[in-house]
Amino acid sequence: MSSMNTFVARVRRFRPVSTLVMLLVVAIWALPTLGLFVTAFRSQISSVTTGWWTAIFDPMHQEWTTKAFATVFSSTWNLGPAFFSTVAISVPATILPITFAAFAAYGFTFLSFKGREAWFSLIIALMVVPLQAVIVAILQTFMAIDKWLLTIPGNEYGDIHLSGEYPAAWIVHSAFAMPLAVYIFRNYMMTLPMALIEAARIDGASHFQIFWRLIIPMSVPALASFAIFQFLWVWNDYFIAYLFAGNHTVMTYQILSMLGQHGEGWQVVMAGSLISIIVPLTVFFGLQRYFVRGLTAGSVK
Amino acid sequence: MTDILFAIMASILGPVATFLFYILLNFIVNRFPEKIQRVLRPYVFIGPVLLLVGVLLVGPTIQTMTFAFMNEDSSEWVGFKNFIKLFTDPQFLITVRNNFEWIAVVPAVTVILGLFIATLTDKLGPIRERVFKSIIFMPMAISFVAASSIWRLTYSWSAGKTQIGMLNAIVELFGGKAIPWIQNEDFSINNLLLMVVVIWANAGFAMTLLSAAIKAVPEETVEAASIDGANAFQAFFQVVVPQIWGTAVSVFITVLISTMKIFDVVWGMTGGDFHTNVLGVDFFRQYFVYNNTGKASAVVVVLMIAIIPIMIYQVRTYRKQEELR
Repeated sequence: MSSMNTFVARVRRFRPVSTLVMLLVVAIWALPTLGLFVTAFRSQISSVTTGWWTAIFDPMHQEWTTKAFATVFSSTWNLGPAFFSTVAISVPATILPITFAAFAAYGFTFLSFKGREAWFSLIIALMVVPLQAVIVAILQTFMAIDKWLLTIPGNEYGDIHLSGEYPAAWIVHSAFAMPLAVYIFRNYMMTLPMALIEAARIDGASHFQIFWRLIIPMSVPALASFAIFQFLWVWNDYFIAYLFAGNHTVMTYQILSMLGQHGEGWQVVMAGSLISIIVPLTVFFGLQRYFVRGLTAGSVK
Repeated sequence: MTDILFAIMASILGPVATFLFYILLNFIVNRFPEKIQRVLRPYVFIGPVLLLVGVLLVGPTIQTMTFAFMNEDSSEWVGFKNFIKLFTDPQFLITVRNNFEWIAVVPAVTVILGLFIATLTDKLGPIRERVFKSIIFMPMAISFVAASSIWRLTYSWSAGKTQIGMLNAIVELFGGKAIPWIQNEDFSINNLLLMVVVIWANAGFAMTLLSAAIKAVPEETVEAASIDGANAFQAFFQVVVPQIWGTAVSVFITVLISTMKIFDVVWGMTGGDFHTNVLGVDFFRQYFVYNNTGKASAVVVVLMIAIIPIMIYQVRTYRKQEELR
C-alpha cells in the first residue's frame, strides 16, 4: 500500500499533465522547423509531390540526397560567397557599436553633468525609431558623400565610395544598435560597486584609466550578451544589407530569391535556409546562458 | 576572401581607431582650463554617440517628416496632399486596419502564451524545463527569411494534388477541404496566419522574461496563500500575477513596439499582397515600387504618430525608475 502511495506521489511529482501539454506546444513549435531540415535533404520530385513527414514515417523508401546543397553552392546561387559577405557585414557591425556604446555608457553612469537626464531620455526615445523613418534620408546623405568623394583627386571614377559597400552597412547597423547598447551597458554599469571607482579616483586615476582598467573588464558579461544579440540581429538582417551594402550579396537576399522560385521544389530554399541558420543556431545554443542573461538585463529590439 | 580580410581588418582597426579617437578627444579637452574641462569631459564620452545618433537617427527622421509634405521627388511643397491621397485610398485604409489587427492580437497573445509556457515549465524537472524552453526559444535565432520559408511551406497549397503543406494536410486528415490559406481574406485569416509566425518567433522572448520573474516570486507568499485556503488558480492570479505584473507590462510594450513596426515577416510571406499590407511594408512599396518619396514619407509619419505615445511612455517610465534609485 505504501509503495502504491509513493508511486502515486512520484507520478504526481512528475506532473504528467503539464508535461503532455508542453509536449504538444513544443511539437507545434518544432514541427515547421523540422520540415526545413527534412526537406533540404529530399529530391525535387519528392519535395513537390509528397509532404516532408512522409519521409519521416517511411525513411527507407525515401530518396535522401544532398543535391539541393550542391545547387545552392553552384554558380546559380553562389551561397558560398554570400556566406562570406554575411560574415563581413556581421562581425564589424557587432564590434564597432559596442566600442562606442561602452564609452557613452561610462559617461552616462559615472560622470555627473548638466543635461545628462535629457540626453539619456533622448537615447531611450530613439530605441523605438523604425528603420523606415530614416532610410530615404540616409541613402541621400550617402549619395551626397559619394558625390563629394568624386572631387578628391584620383577618385574621378568613384573607386572610393560608400553607397553599396560594407562600411555603409556597418555605420547604419551601428546607429540602430546604439540606443539599446547604451541603455543595456548603463543599466549594467550602475550595478557595479561605486566605492571601487571612487577609491580609484582618490588614488589619482583618470577617467580613461578607470574606464579601461576597471569598468570594461567588469562589464564583460553585459558586453558579451549584447554582442550575441547584435550578431544575431545583423546576421539575420536583410534590409540594411540590401539597401546599404547592395554591391555584396548576403545570404538572406539569396534565400529570399530562392523562396521566390519555390515552384521548382522546396528543397533548394530549405537547403539555403539551413546553411544560413547554422551559425545563428550554434551561437544561440552555445551561448544561450549569456543570451538569456542579456534578455533579462534589458529589453530587446 | 578579400571581403573577410577587409572585415577582419575593420574589426581590429575599428575599435583601435575608436580608442585613439577618444584619446585624442580627451587630449584636446585636457588642454583647456580646469573649469571648462569639467563641462567638456562628459562629451568626450557621450559626444561621439550623440553625434552618430543625431546624424543617422534624429536628423533623417526629421527630414522624412518634411518629405511627407513634399511631392514624389521632394522638389516642391504639396501641403497635406499626400495624406489626403493616402486616406482616400481604400487600399491604404485596409493597410491601417491590418496594423490595428496586428497590435490588437500579437502583443496580448504573445504575453499570455509566454506566461502559460513559463508557468507550466516552472514546475517540471530541470531537464524537461531546459529542453522545452530551448525549443520554444529557438525561433528567435532564425532570420525572418528562413522563418518565411518554413511557414510558407507549412501554409502551402497544391491545386488538386497531394497537399505538401502541413496545415492543409492536417485539414484533410480531419475531413476538411484544402484551401490556399495565404490568399484567404475571409475574417482576415491570412493576416492571422502571418501573426502566428511572429508569435511563434516572439513567444520565447516573453517566456524567458516571465519565467525569470516567476522564479523571483518568493515561495512563502504562495505558501501563505494556500495555507489561507486559496487553490492553485487563486494563488496564481492573486499572488503570482501581481508580483510579475511589471515584467508582463514591459514585455507587452516591447512586443507592441516591434508589432507596430512589423514588416519583414509580411514582406517575406506575402509582400503585402492579398490585403495583408501593413504600414512598414507600404513604405517600401511607395518608395521602391512607385518611386514616390512624398507618399512613402507620409506612410512613415502615420507610423510615427502611432509610435510616439509609446516613446513618451518609455521615457516617462525611465524617469520614474530614476527617481526610485
